[in-house]
Amino acid sequence: MIEIRDLYKYYGGRRAVGPVSATIEPGEVVGLLGLNGAGKTTTLRVLACDLLPSAGSVTVDGLDVVDSPHEVRARTGYLPDSPPLYGEMKVDEFLGFAARLRGVSGDVDKHVREAVEKTALKKVESQLISTLSHGFRQRVGIAQAIVHNPKFVVLDEPISGLDPRQIVEMRKLVRRLGGDHTVLLSSHILSEIEATCDRLLVIRDGEIIASGSEEELTSRTEGVRLEVTVRGDEAAARAAIVAVDGVDEVASVEADESGENVNSFSVTARDDVRADICQALVSGGVGVLAIGRGERELESVFLELSQDADDAEQKGATA
Amino acid sequence: MSPALLIARRELYAYFRSPLAAIVIAGALLADGIYFYWKGLSEKLLSAEVLQEFFYGHSGAVAIASLFIAMRLFAEERQTGTMTLLNTAPIRDIEVVLGKFLSAFAVLTLLTLLSVYMPLLIFINGKVSLGHIAVGYLGATLYGAATLSIGLFASAVARSQVIAVILGAVMLVPLVLLWIIARATDPPLNSFLNALAIHHENYRAFMMGLLELDKVVYYVIVTFFFLLAATKSLEARRWR
Repeated sequence: MIEIRDLYKYYGGRRAVGPVSATIEPGEVVGLLGLNGAGKTTTLRVLACDLLPSAGSVTVDGLDVVDSPHEVRARTGYLPDSPPLYGEMKVDEFLGFAARLRGVSGDVDKHVREAVEKTALKKVESQLISTLSHGFRQRVGIAQAIVHNPKFVVLDEPISGLDPRQIVEMRKLVRRLGGDHTVLLSSHILSEIEATCDRLLVIRDGEIIASGSEEELTSRTEGVRLEVTVRGDEAAARAAIVAVDGVDEVASVEADESGENVNSFSVTARDDVRADICQALVSGGVGVLAIGRGERELESVFLELSQDADDAEQKGATA
Repeated sequence: MSPALLIARRELYAYFRSPLAAIVIAGALLADGIYFYWKGLSEKLLSAEVLQEFFYGHSGAVAIASLFIAMRLFAEERQTGTMTLLNTAPIRDIEVVLGKFLSAFAVLTLLTLLSVYMPLLIFINGKVSLGHIAVGYLGATLYGAATLSIGLFASAVARSQVIAVILGAVMLVPLVLLWIIARATDPPLNSFLNALAIHHENYRAFMMGLLELDKVVYYVIVTFFFLLAATKSLEARRWR
């Protein structure tokens, strides 16, 4: 189990992180979500014992990162935002080096084989790292983080710069790591966090402003966001939707699909009123092409949480 | 295998997978050879004086080579982001420093070994004692270890390899030239400065084939000091 209590990290006089408190249970895949510069990387570097905290405590399996850094490092695997790879080494040589460096004794080859298997690197294991594509380099980065079979794996922006096929593979890989390892990964891409994590920690200006599962976070927002695409007169469609009981707000958005007279709306309602909207549109003679929950619901939660924090800060400043 | 030896082995691998070690060794041997021919073989000197000239020139080649060999040790890791791998491994910073020092020292020792043909040339038309050669090489090796540790420290604190070389030179040159300042000062300050100078009096004894314990201890202390400073600078980075 990882416990973070009132963690602060200062660079000179500037607070980069803090206060951060969180608990991560064994086997969980937890996402650290935040905008660029929010403090994600600094938090992860402290957890990986790359940096020491300015204040507060971080314990991994009860071991403090300041008092027992060696023991914590032996239990932790870390992939920074740029994979730490020696281009002049072959993949298997590098993984063997990383395993020995992290204290693996005995059958190092077995550890390397397992890491290669988990990260699907078999076909490039004898290749020089400098000749690998970005996707494979990222996988080698993950392989070096898990080659010593750590309890805790820290991944900083693991899908950064990957193409869509590689992203799908990386999601599967991260999901597979959960269970055997406790995984904490950071991203500023909401869809990634949604797709791979059991739980989210939302960080803003170095502080955790919310935590919970996707459902728990989305339930914190007031109302439900719906997306409606119709074929028909825009004004008639809007009037039909507004008339539905429970609809608070209707806004025209760029149409999701091409075609003549196709219009899309973003609807905010107190409840899930999709059936009522559908009925109203059909009764009003408007063709319904699509109606569903807002795909970017988590994004709106995140923006709302950030806004809440901003408002609280402003109130504090004026008080 | 201990972490220091593991790191030393990987560093050696990196040195010889890139052209850096070959270029530095070739350049140093070329400069060494030209100086030896110019000062040692072109003038009428006693065999022992020729050998002294060789060790004098060799020390210059070693000092410059050591800065270039050491420049990549930490600065390159920092530039490529691989320093994180070492920082997050369960090993001590002193083991990282020792491993890197050992690998660079092995490259420098190879350079020294490849220069052996020059003193051996003296035997064609003259005679020198093997003891003189051995002591001279011991001095060159100790001097190389000291200059290498300065270069390693510079690499540990510099942001780039170019800055590491410049910083290493900025630290080394005053240490070499302290004897000039010593000449302009009165006792006991001049004795102190002479004792502190990394080359002049401390190296001259070895050049002449004299093995003096205090000179050996001086170079060991300088090497130890800069390796310790490099270790502390790595530790300090974690708190920043």
